[in-house]
Amino acid sequence: MAEPSLDIRQPLLDSLLAGLIALVVFGPIVGVVLDGYSFHLESSRVAWIVGAVMLGRFLLSLFLHSAGGRGWLQRLEGGGAGVQVLPPEHRSHLRWLLPLVLLAAVVFPFFAGKYLLTVVILGLIYVLLGLGLNIVVGLAGLLDLGYVAFYAIGAYGLALGYEYLGLGFWSVLPLAALMAALAGALLGFPVLRMHGDYLAIVTLGFGEIIRLVLNNWLSFTGGPNGMSVPAPTFLGLEFGRRARDGGVPFHEFFGIAYNPNLKFLFIYVVLLLTVLLVLYVKGRLVRMPIGRAWEALREDEIACRAMGLNHVLVKLSAFMLGASTAGLAGVFFASYQGFVNPTSFTFFESALILAIVVLGGMGSTLGVVLAAFMLTVAPELLRSFADYRVLLFGMLMVLMMIWRPRGLIRISRRGFARRPGVAP
Amino acid sequence: MDGIFLQQMVNGLTLGSVYGLIAIGYTMVYGIIGMINFAHGEVYMISAYLSAIGLALLASFGLESFPLLIFGTLLFTVCVTGLYGWVIERIAYRPLRNSTRLAPLISAIGISLILQNYVQISQGARQQGIPTLLDGAFRLPIGEGFLQISYTKVFILVAAFAGMAALTWVIRCTRLGRMCRATQQDRKMAQILGIDTDRVISWVFVIGAAMAALAGLLITLNYGTFDFYAGFVIGIKAFTAAVLGGIGSLPGAMLGGLILGVAEAQFSGIVNTDYKDVFSFSLLVLILIFRPQGLLGRPQVAKV
Amino acid sequence: MSDGEILRVERLSMRFGGIRALHDVSLGVKCHSITALIGPNGAGKTTLFNCLTGFYRASGGRILFEARGRSTDVLQVLGGPFRAGDFLSPRRFASRLWYKLFGGTHLVNRAGLARTFQNIRLFREMSVLENLLVAQHLWVERGLLAGILNTRGFRRAEEQALEHAFYWLEAVDLVDCANRLAGELSYGQQRRLEIARAMCTRPQLLCLDEPAAGLNPAETAALSRIIRTLRDAHEVTVLLIEHDMGLVMGISDHILVLDHGELIAEGPPAAIRHDPKVIAAYLGADEEELA
Repeated sequence: MAEPSLDIRQPLLDSLLAGLIALVVFGPIVGVVLDGYSFHLESSRVAWIVGAVMLGRFLLSLFLHSAGGRGWLQRLEGGGAGVQVLPPEHRSHLRWLLPLVLLAAVVFPFFAGKYLLTVVILGLIYVLLGLGLNIVVGLAGLLDLGYVAFYAIGAYGLALGYEYLGLGFWSVLPLAALMAALAGALLGFPVLRMHGDYLAIVTLGFGEIIRLVLNNWLSFTGGPNGMSVPAPTFLGLEFGRRARDGGVPFHEFFGIAYNPNLKFLFIYVVLLLTVLLVLYVKGRLVRMPIGRAWEALREDEIACRAMGLNHVLVKLSAFMLGASTAGLAGVFFASYQGFVNPTSFTFFESALILAIVVLGGMGSTLGVVLAAFMLTVAPELLRSFADYRVLLFGMLMVLMMIWRPRGLIRISRRGFARRPGVAP
Repeated sequence: MDGIFLQQMVNGLTLGSVYGLIAIGYTMVYGIIGMINFAHGEVYMISAYLSAIGLALLASFGLESFPLLIFGTLLFTVCVTGLYGWVIERIAYRPLRNSTRLAPLISAIGISLILQNYVQISQGARQQGIPTLLDGAFRLPIGEGFLQISYTKVFILVAAFAGMAALTWVIRCTRLGRMCRATQQDRKMAQILGIDTDRVISWVFVIGAAMAALAGLLITLNYGTFDFYAGFVIGIKAFTAAVLGGIGSLPGAMLGGLILGVAEAQFSGIVNTDYKDVFSFSLLVLILIFRPQGLLGRPQVAKV
Repeated sequence: MSDGEILRVERLSMRFGGIRALHDVSLGVKCHSITALIGPNGAGKTTLFNCLTGFYRASGGRILFEARGRSTDVLQVLGGPFRAGDFLSPRRFASRLWYKLFGGTHLVNRAGLARTFQNIRLFREMSVLENLLVAQHLWVERGLLAGILNTRGFRRAEEQALEHAFYWLEAVDLVDCANRLAGELSYGQQRRLEIARAMCTRPQLLCLDEPAAGLNPAETAALSRIIRTLRDAHEVTVLLIEHDMGLVMGISDHILVLDHGELIAEGPPAAIRHDPKVIAAYLGADEEELA
């Protein structure tokens, strides 16, 4: 390459080839729409797609042939994993952010209407789910594709517990975490001793089993119609305008005006506290032996066994902890929605949570919180977008994996100050 | 032997032979690059749409004889689906060849979501279908009733086994097959010996997709209906078949498919149709726990 | 087990399908010795190593390991298949079931045996110190509650683990790299870090798989100093596989020679050097090369 000027021929050829492939690939499915036993043609859509692919390929090719593009490509291929060790005395630049966010979270319900409140609650539920899956996928490196099953166990735990045992929100909350963890243990113990990829498909199957059982067992779970879930109470006080069975409702007891949002306010407060607790626990976990063991297992299982770590039990602990977090989230979801049915627990839901973890950066806590809000709140606000949501999630996952397998936010490891070692 | 048992046996064998065809895609890809191609079920779903589109297009050109119609559709579906396999590998897996173990799996999930949603957007969420092309059945008297074997089922069995035989011939006797086997044994060594392993891997994806395309056409002929979500369940079942037969083994995939198909048909005949998917998934979990190497696979020894 | 032996192997055999990798190997390793395992390529050295350290389950024979005041049957803790006799005695059945569920390679390490790997296996994306902390997993406070509440006992245990880690970093001369990523270290540094990591599990028998492979002469000399220190100052028994005959002859007290899966000779370096069977096994290798 003697001349510095851009060679335009190669990008043009690339673009032509890509256009041809796009025509064959997209042509039939996009262009010929089945309509009963006949069909109609949609050639303009095909033209748009092929045009977009050709333009995209042309620009990409042009970029990769330029000097800047080549450098970028080299960085992409050779560039380290994006992991760095921080100096021991390091303090994060984002320290000031935490009190600010907390303040915003406390002030928020005073200004928000019901709609905004419910959207944020949903966002927080996904934060919880994202944090739980982040332990499993990000820290321990186990791909759990049936995560939604544990979420369903929590949600149906509340509904069934109320229906058959008369349990309420507060008693089910810890029980759901326990039950989900137990289910995780039963599933994980035999499977976790095998090659990692099998776990993905077994959990995928498990998620479907749970959903199908919920759907088909009409007499027990109500089938596709679902079940109703009781509203939560605070020390036995109800949030309705009138309490059942002659009790005193919350607003009368405290002598405040009735507010129809009270139920959601209550869920918001408890959920926020739970999320903060889980955030704290997760922050501690990565500094604890168990967190280190998870990461070590992700790096090299054989070396871990040679260090005396029981790889099955260490993985199982991550799997169970993640499952119990999903169980908690399920209870919140059920009481927030007021009823549960199997359509909330499809594979798509698992994929959405996985997308949160992937976008947020596997192993990064702050990233997961941001991603959870981005992926759940944004589509709520942009309704017209809804059809393309799944498509975007899919593209996001593929692009993130190609561009940066560890996610958007650079992973930083803790440094330690030097200790007196006194070696021989 | 009662009639229901035999009838379900026939249904199970046809269904199973199709599972086997899809399982080949899983087993070959796993054998050669050691990853589970989660998007394979979606490739099958695409091929079901393509075969319906191909039939509709050919019919609109005035083609009416069954053999020509089927042959034309098969050619069309196999070629386009094969190209899908190639494109998926090129975009989503090849850039991740030297990445972490989790990356290609997540990327595969992404592709699977993309394909589902893309078909849903362009073809609509409603169920699609094709008219019955091959009417009639063999009727064999058994006891008081009849054992009914429709011509479609016979055609499916014959076509599935012909596809299997063709694939076996390709892998055993051709240059490409030799290169595939060499790459499967030791990718680095094959590369040193001058085999373009990237191209071999691409071919494996194309072959897997082509087999899925045959399966897509056959299932569409049998059931007549499909939707954009169809790939998910069949994908897991075909994977179950691949694991049951021993992942990485071609005869294993076919055997596993047949066993799974028969077991599932008998289960829905004897016990309950609602829970037949639960039954298959539970079978997958149980096999992985008790015999992860499958029927014809070899136990793996971890390299230290 | 005879006196003063830390490891006793009796009639060990290992088959992979039809291939016989080890056949009737019996050997002993003396306490506080440096024992070398040599042999031509493909002789079964690494297979023997993997059997001893519990990564392969040997097809037959017995491996007894005497450390930390108790005796460990390596094949038993790996959880072998059920035998007819197990169904007669409930106690044996329970023990077999227990090891099947919770047994495995890790129990061999917990019994006091640590190893390194021929192709270095570090936690590449963790810092050097974290590598050493993971190795001390069994010696720190692992309670979930103590860790989450950050109790005083937890902090003390972590502090001790850090001190121990720095001790071994100094011993292998890597203190300056403490806060670097393990994957960024040079080859020789990674080899030394792997030894430090193995020592952090506080073993009594250390198995080194080709520790000098890929090292330059200066680094090899440093390595042999470290190995000697391990035995002299830390009372560790060392068993190593090595191709560098200079290193082997220089530091070993006892040499075992393996060929075609069988033990063909053993003895002190001086005797091995002149053993005609050993010379024949290293086809084409003259006496001078062995020396």
